[in-house]
Amino acid sequence: MKKADIGHHISQKYNQELEDVRNKVLHMGGLVEQQLADAVLALTTMDGALAEVVITNDYKINRLEVEIDDECIHILARRQPAAGDLRLLMAIIKTITDLERIGDEAERVGRMALRFIEGETTKDTKPLLGIGYFGDHVRRSLHAALDAFARMDVYAATQTAKEDIKIDQEYEGILRQLMTYMMEDPRSIPRVIGVMWSARALERIGDRARNICEYVIYLVGGKDVRHISLEQVEAEVRASHRDEKKPS
Amino acid sequence: MTTIATDTPRTHGMDINSLQRDFGATRLEQEKIALQVENLNLFYAKTQALYNVNMVIPRHRVTAFIGPSGCGKSTLLRCFNRMNDLVDGCRIDGMIKLGGEDIYHKRVNVAALRSRVGMVFQKPNPFPKSIYENVAYGLRTQGVNDRRRLDEAVEKALRSAALWDEAKDRLHENALGLSGGQQQRLVIARAVAIEPEVLLLDEPASALDPISTLKIEELIYELKENYTLIIVTHNMQQAARVSDYTAFMYLGKLIEFADTNTLFTNPAMKQTEDYITGRYG
Repeated sequence: MKKADIGHHISQKYNQELEDVRNKVLHMGGLVEQQLADAVLALTTMDGALAEVVITNDYKINRLEVEIDDECIHILARRQPAAGDLRLLMAIIKTITDLERIGDEAERVGRMALRFIEGETTKDTKPLLGIGYFGDHVRRSLHAALDAFARMDVYAATQTAKEDIKIDQEYEGILRQLMTYMMEDPRSIPRVIGVMWSARALERIGDRARNICEYVIYLVGGKDVRHISLEQVEAEVRASHRDEKKPS
Repeated sequence: MTTIATDTPRTHGMDINSLQRDFGATRLEQEKIALQVENLNLFYAKTQALYNVNMVIPRHRVTAFIGPSGCGKSTLLRCFNRMNDLVDGCRIDGMIKLGGEDIYHKRVNVAALRSRVGMVFQKPNPFPKSIYENVAYGLRTQGVNDRRRLDEAVEKALRSAALWDEAKDRLHENALGLSGGQQQRLVIARAVAIEPEVLLLDEPASALDPISTLKIEELIYELKENYTLIIVTHNMQQAARVSDYTAFMYLGKLIEFADTNTLFTNPAMKQTEDYITGRYG
């Protein structure tokens, strides 16, 4: 299945329906990405107003999830999609679940930011140093995953999935750093734990971005690559590239 | 410093083989073979209708042939009981083996072959006789006249065609008084009565209403326990519902033959994908 294949149904309306639902997913992805960026920015710059915006905007993402699910079920019921179309819908249904959860994680980071700001007596933002960079890394990874989805690019999806390993390592690094703060000054523990939760939320977003990449690989090549090592993912992708749909 | 137990967020390095991926998938290699088609070419006068078809039909499974009109699926189906012999100017080369024997060998008795390979058509075609006589017809032509044996065979056939309950009180009424769906099941009972090995179904449900269609499909599912079924259908969803294996044909060629789950979720050929998703090539 290639991006160009979405159209070309004999039924123009079917083309339109699939294109619409796909566009909605991309719109939802953009929204989630914005939420994530805002949440991280609110936390690192201690911008309470922005954190509030993130928290209130989460409903938009939830609403899109429900809307897209609804459209998918209508297409399933009325069109009985097969092959690539079926895989597209399956990938969409799974992707938006992950997107919605990413939205929740972003909201959580927003709430942490609020708590951090409200409970702040000192202006010690040292524990937040690593988070900005980490958050940006995660956001770029999510962006790349959504981009791979938009372009149905298996190669980009595989590369982005690999990025999750780096995110995990970076997360571990941040935890170590935060631990030293707690050991240096036990009074900082409540605050640092808040930061730790935020880092954890970001790390989970990295996992979900990888999930989306796996759905892209499934959508394009029909290979289910969940729960296997990245080397195996790459091998599978290479193999499915080899026996790419023959024009015959 | 103590190592930090970051709960490993991902199970890296898990063996792909440890995870079963093809849940419930059927495998052609593991099937017993009922029919084997080898290098089959078929010509109607000068036009070639089938091009070098090679396939195996697995035993006691449902195999569906799908493809656009004129792709040769009915022609191929009719090869299995030599119905094409009746067409003027039809020439066949290649081989079809039933139980290892070539059915096109010149010593093959075609009538005997057709009792081993039964056929049901699109339009129900009961004889203008009673329900009972329709089902008993095949056995009578084989010389069976013993009343008790016929009674048993008729009941058994009608039961396996899921028609017994509806027909048992009117066995001696004219079969043409049955509804279309009932007539079609009667025709299947008639085919089943002589206990063939293979049952060919050429669009068996396309003239029926949705409920009768579902009954026929349910019947197909039950019949595969004892018979090898081959079904030609224009209805892709029907092929997806009833068959274990699906063959996609296009312009007289067998494009793809795979287990139905694979063919409908991840076909190997672009032409198959275009056809089953309703695209033009």
